[in-house]
Amino acid sequence: MKPPPRSHPLWFAFVLHRLSGLALALFLPAHFWLLSQAITAPARLDGFLAFAENPLVKIAEFGLVFLLAVHMFGGLRLMALEFLPWSDRQKTLAAAAVGVALFLSGTFFLRAI
Amino acid sequence: MSTDHDMLDVTVQRGSADHVHHDRFQVPARDNQTVLDVVTWIQQMADPSLSYRYACRVGMCGSCAMMVNGVPRWTCRTHVKKVTVNGKLSLAPLRNLPVIKDLAADMDPFFDKWVAAEARHHPTRGRLEEFDPIKPDARDRVEANLGIECINCGICYAACDTVAGNPDYLGPAALQRAWTLLNDSRDGDRPGILSAVSGKGGCHNCHSMGSCAQYCPNGLNPMRAIAGLKRETVKAALRGKRDA
Ligand code: HEM
Ligand code: SF4
Ligand code: SF4
Ligand code: FES
Repeated sequence: MKPPPRSHPLWFAFVLHRLSGLALALFLPAHFWLLSQAITAPARLDGFLAFAENPLVKIAEFGLVFLLAVHMFGGLRLMALEFLPWSDRQKTLAAAAVGVALFLSGTFFLRAI
Repeated sequence: MSTDHDMLDVTVQRGSADHVHHDRFQVPARDNQTVLDVVTWIQQMADPSLSYRYACRVGMCGSCAMMVNGVPRWTCRTHVKKVTVNGKLSLAPLRNLPVIKDLAADMDPFFDKWVAAEARHHPTRGRLEEFDPIKPDARDRVEANLGIECINCGICYAACDTVAGNPDYLGPAALQRAWTLLNDSRDGDRPGILSAVSGKGGCHNCHSMGSCAQYCPNGLNPMRAIAGLKRETVKAALRGKRDA
C-alpha cells in the first residue's frame, strides 16, 4: 500500500539521522583502523596521509564530518525531546541541528583546503 | 471514458486481503462535496456491493477514515476540491490494518493495542464514594487535556511508519491514551500503565518522526505524549533500581 507523503521536516530529520548513523557505523571502524596504523605501521599511515591531500578525499572528509556532526546534534535534539520538558519548536531545533552541522563541517573544509 | 470536467474519475480499492482489485467510477462533481459523498454516491448509484463505514458525517465518530490519494483522512471532513488531482480521486482502506472488504479496514488490532497499552480507566473509587475533584489548571490535567480529544479514528496509526515496520508497536493513539490516563489523578494503576507501555511494542519504539502529529485531523500530538511516556518509564526504571 502506498505510504502517505512524508515530506515534512521531522520525517526528513529521522531519515537523515538513520542514514548518518548507518554511514558512521560503516566508516568509524575503518577510521580507527587507520589511526591504529600510526602505532603499528607508520609508513602505511604516511601513505594514507598523502592520499588524503587529494581534493576529492577532502570533499569526502567534509561529508564525514558533516555526518558525524549532524548525527550528534540530531541525537542531542532527540534526547532533549525525550528527557526534557516538551518544546513545540522541534522543527526549528531539527533545522538548527543541520545548520550547526553544516557550519562545523564547512569550517573544517575551509581549514583543510 | 468521459473527460468531462463535471465528472470525477474515482479509483476504488475492492476486495479483501487475498484478492485486491481496483474499480473505476465516473462520479458527478458538485460544488460542495466531501469524499464521503462520493463514496456514498458510488454505493447508491453505481455499485450497491461497495462496503465502507461511516456514522456521524461531521468529524466526531472517526469511523469514516480512509486513504484518499494516499493520505489518511476523515472522508466526511475532506472536501473533494481540496484533494483531487486533475479530477482524479483514489480511495483505499486505512493503511497498516487488515481489510474486511473494500474500504472497510478491520480495526480490531488497533483497539486490541489500546487494551494492551492499559489505555483504559482503572477506577479508584466506587459509586457510593465522593468523587475526586480535578482542578482544571493542575499541571497533570493540562497535559492530559492535550490528548483527550482523540476519537480513535486510526489516522495517526495509518500514518506511522513505525507501525508499518513493526506489527507489535502499540502505535500513537493507544500510547497517547495511556499518557492521558497516566496524568489522570483518578486512575488507579500507574505502575500497570508504565509497564504496559515499556514492553516490546512500547513507547521506546517511536522514532519521533512526527507523522502522527502531521496527519491527526484533530491537531493532536501523540509524539509529544509518547515522549512523556519515554521520560516517565525511564524515571520509573531508575527509581526501581534505587529502591531495589
Ligand atoms: C556523537 C554522539 C551520538 C549521539 C548523541 C547519538 C544519538 C543517537 C540517538 C538518540 C539515536 C536514536 C534515534 C531514534 O530513536 O530514531 C541514535 C541512533 C543511531 N545511532 Fe547514534 N548517536 C551518536 C553517535 C553515533 C555513532 C558514533 C554511531 C556509529 C557507530 C551511531 C550510529 C547510530 C545508528 C546506526 C542509529 C540507528 C538509527 C535509527 O534507529 O534510525 N551513533 N543515535
Ligand atoms: S490521535 Fe488523532 S489521528 Fe490518532 S486516533 Fe486520535 S484523533 Fe485520530
Ligand atoms: S512520532 Fe512515533 S508514533 Fe508518531 S508517527 Fe513517528 S514513530 Fe509513529
Ligand atoms: S463519519 Fe464520523 S468522523 Fe467521518
